[in-house]
Amino acid sequence: MRLFVHHRTDYRFSEPQDRVVQLLRLVPGSHIGQNVVDWRIDVDCNARLRPGRDGFGNETAMLYIDGPVHAVSLAVMGEVLTQDQAGMVAGAAETLPPVLYIRATPLTAASESIRALAAEVEGADGTALDRAHRLMALVHRRMRFVPGRRIDGRNAATAYAEGEGNAADLAHVLIAAARRLGLPARYVSGHVLRPAHQHEWHEAAHAWAELHIADFGWIGFDPTADRCPDDHYVRVAIGLDHRDAAPVSGTRTGGGSEVLDVGVRVGIEG
Amino acid sequence: MGKRAAFDEIRGHEGGDAARPEFAALGSWIRDTPPAELNRRQQAAEAAFRQLGITFAVYGEAEAAERIIPFDIVPRVFTAPEWARLSEGLVQRVVAINAFLDDVYGARRIIADGVVPPELILANPQFRPVLAGARPPHGIFAHICGIDLVRTGPEEFFVLEDNARTPSGVSYMLENREAMLRLCPELFELFPVAPVDDYPDALHGTLRSVAPRGRSSNPVCVLLTPGHFNSAFYEHSFLADSMGIELVEAADLVVDDDIVWMKTIEGLVRVDVIYRRLDDDYLDPLVFLPESVLGVPGLVSAYMAGNVTLVNAPGTGIADDKAIYSYMPEIVKYYTGSEAKLPNVETWRCREPDCLRYVLDNLSDLVVKLVDGSGGYGMLVGPTATRHEIECFRAALVAEPHRYIAQPTLALSTVPTLTEQGVAPRHVDFRPFVLSGADGVTIVPGGLTRVALREGSLVVNSSQGGGTKDSLILLDRPQRGGR
Amino acid sequence: MLSRTAASLYWLGRYVERAEFTARLIEATIRLDALSPRPAGMGAWESALAVAAADHGFAATGEGLNPANVARYLTLSNDNPSSIRSCLDSARGNARAVRTALSREAWEAINRAWLGLRDRSSTGGTHATLALVDAVKAETRGFEGALHRMLRNEPSWFISLGAAVERADNTARLIDVKYHLLLPEGEMVGGVMDRDQWTTILHTVSAVTAYRWLYRDGLRPVQVAELLIHRRELPRSLAASVDEVVSHLNLLGKRTGLQGEADRMARARQATMARDSIDRVIAGGLHEYLSAFIVENSALDRAIGKQFRFA
Repeated sequence: MRLFVHHRTDYRFSEPQDRVVQLLRLVPGSHIGQNVVDWRIDVDCNARLRPGRDGFGNETAMLYIDGPVHAVSLAVMGEVLTQDQAGMVAGAAETLPPVLYIRATPLTAASESIRALAAEVEGADGTALDRAHRLMALVHRRMRFVPGRRIDGRNAATAYAEGEGNAADLAHVLIAAARRLGLPARYVSGHVLRPAHQHEWHEAAHAWAELHIADFGWIGFDPTADRCPDDHYVRVAIGLDHRDAAPVSGTRTGGGSEVLDVGVRVGIEG
Repeated sequence: MGKRAAFDEIRGHEGGDAARPEFAALGSWIRDTPPAELNRRQQAAEAAFRQLGITFAVYGEAEAAERIIPFDIVPRVFTAPEWARLSEGLVQRVVAINAFLDDVYGARRIIADGVVPPELILANPQFRPVLAGARPPHGIFAHICGIDLVRTGPEEFFVLEDNARTPSGVSYMLENREAMLRLCPELFELFPVAPVDDYPDALHGTLRSVAPRGRSSNPVCVLLTPGHFNSAFYEHSFLADSMGIELVEAADLVVDDDIVWMKTIEGLVRVDVIYRRLDDDYLDPLVFLPESVLGVPGLVSAYMAGNVTLVNAPGTGIADDKAIYSYMPEIVKYYTGSEAKLPNVETWRCREPDCLRYVLDNLSDLVVKLVDGSGGYGMLVGPTATRHEIECFRAALVAEPHRYIAQPTLALSTVPTLTEQGVAPRHVDFRPFVLSGADGVTIVPGGLTRVALREGSLVVNSSQGGGTKDSLILLDRPQRGGR
Repeated sequence: MLSRTAASLYWLGRYVERAEFTARLIEATIRLDALSPRPAGMGAWESALAVAAADHGFAATGEGLNPANVARYLTLSNDNPSSIRSCLDSARGNARAVRTALSREAWEAINRAWLGLRDRSSTGGTHATLALVDAVKAETRGFEGALHRMLRNEPSWFISLGAAVERADNTARLIDVKYHLLLPEGEMVGGVMDRDQWTTILHTVSAVTAYRWLYRDGLRPVQVAELLIHRRELPRSLAASVDEVVSHLNLLGKRTGLQGEADRMARARQATMARDSIDRVIAGGLHEYLSAFIVENSALDRAIGKQFRFA
């Protein structure tokens, strides 16, 4: 499938900023089932972009803007050819072994109730793959998916206790529970095509989890839709949790407040 | 263990008043100087420290509550052969630490070869995956290491802990010597002592040597401090001052285009080497703790791009982690090809069933430590623990054995120390500082001796009644000037 | 030099100068109080509060206006940002942040001054207050001495620049208050009370003997004003402070190659002052002149901050 991604991020500052420095993880890599044909980042002011690569293998870009900055608009436009691999990830730049992804992080620490969630699956029969699917289904059933909800550093435990969250929250809960089962689990940020809504702007990029299953390798699980990613998905960045893989990590120097507006559109026409 | 009287470094195992023959001169000095005179000098030294502001802030107290660390006027002494042996062991250990770091952030051969279990490194919070693949200029990660040593006999030295992040205390090595030279000049006529005052030059040389390639002709080095509220601020300013480099705070630095600049009255000046006394977590809010206001956004990116050298490199915590510590003998052997010259304190890894069984059977004789704990938290000192405490630890050990290690309680050596009852033995440890630059490994002959001032106490920590002493390294032969 | 370091040194200079000035002010006020017949002595303390721009702050404490309370407020109060203790706290805080730029001796002088006040909770009686004020003066003199023995380069110039800007402000306020405060009812201009007040001002800036040297014909208010405003021979006069600001900016300019708005403002002020005379000042209104000077001085302070990127 040929997917066209348009992802824009607009900041408006109540007071001009002396300096804006951001770490962007907006560029997908190519691997089996995902071929990046064209991809570019545009910034609407005088800025310097420095490409790099982090330890997880993500393509990064540092964005440097001198002040005074009143507003910044980042636009990402790209074209990707995808094929359905039934969620299996192969041929990606894997820089770190799966065992890394069993450690808990502050955002993915398991609470008592997440441990109980994991235990529900643990006792059941079947292969590790079956258990992973069951876990995804459970998270999907227990948590209401609220796409527009802003990410505000909530951890998995809080999100699970509230019973709802955005894509990042659901991914964090699935990751926390999977790691309890001894399955390496990682966070993925990316995009998804929703054919019925392909002309609409969505309020956030998408996120899901990948679990490492012996004999198969890394497999994607999207608890918001209770399915494994197929050719509707574009993987962009991975990490232990949202903090490692967020599309934008930013700081600014200057007072006042900021208004952030994110728009994502994924379609099959450019 | 612990039953026999501790080894006294001056008087030997026998106790009594007689000094070991090599310390006869020091022994007579201690005997012949009246305690009142020692006391007077000690107070003069402490008054000078207070006036200089060599203080540390006590957390939880008002800002004005700055204290000095007690100073003991009776020095600790090592003979030239003792020091030579220690130095060899320290160089070997630090070379191995750097090789280990270069490996775990690079090819990870040590995991592939099965020397250290993979999860112990990769699942360890001290391993920073985001930095994997980044190699600092010249491949050196831990430019400054403080290796904590303890001693139990004439030849028995053990490494208690490696400090490969931002070890502190070197200013005490220098200031204590200053005080001793001023207050006890006659001591230095009794025997020749190796000088320590070239440490700042050695450190500056190390910093300059590791500048990024292409920036090596006249690199700009700075010392990055969390600020003057930090408990070690005196040391930061002292070192910057002694090296003649700028003492900067995060707000003085900006990163632009993956290059680090400092803000001066004449505009921005490029920075090549940052001796940072700021923990990894606070270095760069874009990569580590996002709420950090002490850090410099973009610093890690500049580091990964090879445009700035961070001293020590971020991520070195994996080398001094308690879980890794127990593998240090294997690590040293793996990278240097020979047995560790400085042994570890015997350590039982509770993750291994045989060890766990032994530990559970001997809880009342052992010190049990949480692998990821620090500052005495999550620690059981068997011989002084109550029954209840022991039983609590037993339960915790059985539930999560992989989180614990255990060590014997050591009979730490003692050194004569001035107390209210005159000169008496007190337990000590020792932290020498090891510098690794592009031009090799340097150890200034000296270090920080910490002393537990309370009788019988083994706790040398300054927050719990510990003090410091000068540490004298004797030279082999008297060296006389002349022409 | 780091901009932050330059800013800290400049403010170190200002705060030490302010601490010393407040100490002198208290000393002179005690003298004036002792000379004055009761209850007129309270006027001396009110005037001291006004000079230190601490009158509103003191009123806000709700404490009774008596010599002991005012002396404590000016000396030790943590609520008063320009009390001697607050000034020394700020001076030490700045010094501590830039220790590498100071000589050991200069740092020790500041630290000693700070330690001297740290544990004091009350000023005690007049005698004790005088002793305390003397101690502060001795320590700040020690700092000035240490400053003169520091390397003659940017650090010492920034400290001196701050001290000169602060001194100009202090002296202007001191003269202004004399004209601000009305004489107690029934007192005549040129009377004993008036005389004492002018003498007190001279005491505050250590200029009693200097006055006698320069003016042989007895105490005349216009001459006191002239001495404090225009006579370059007097180190604390406005003219001397203005000169000093120019010369320290020149030194910094030569070293760093930076000249800017601050240099232009300082030189313009110096030129205007050279053309001035005390008669013209009095004709135009002394209070108006001094108010304009204080405003101009703060504008110069801002220009200095901008030029050397303090922010």
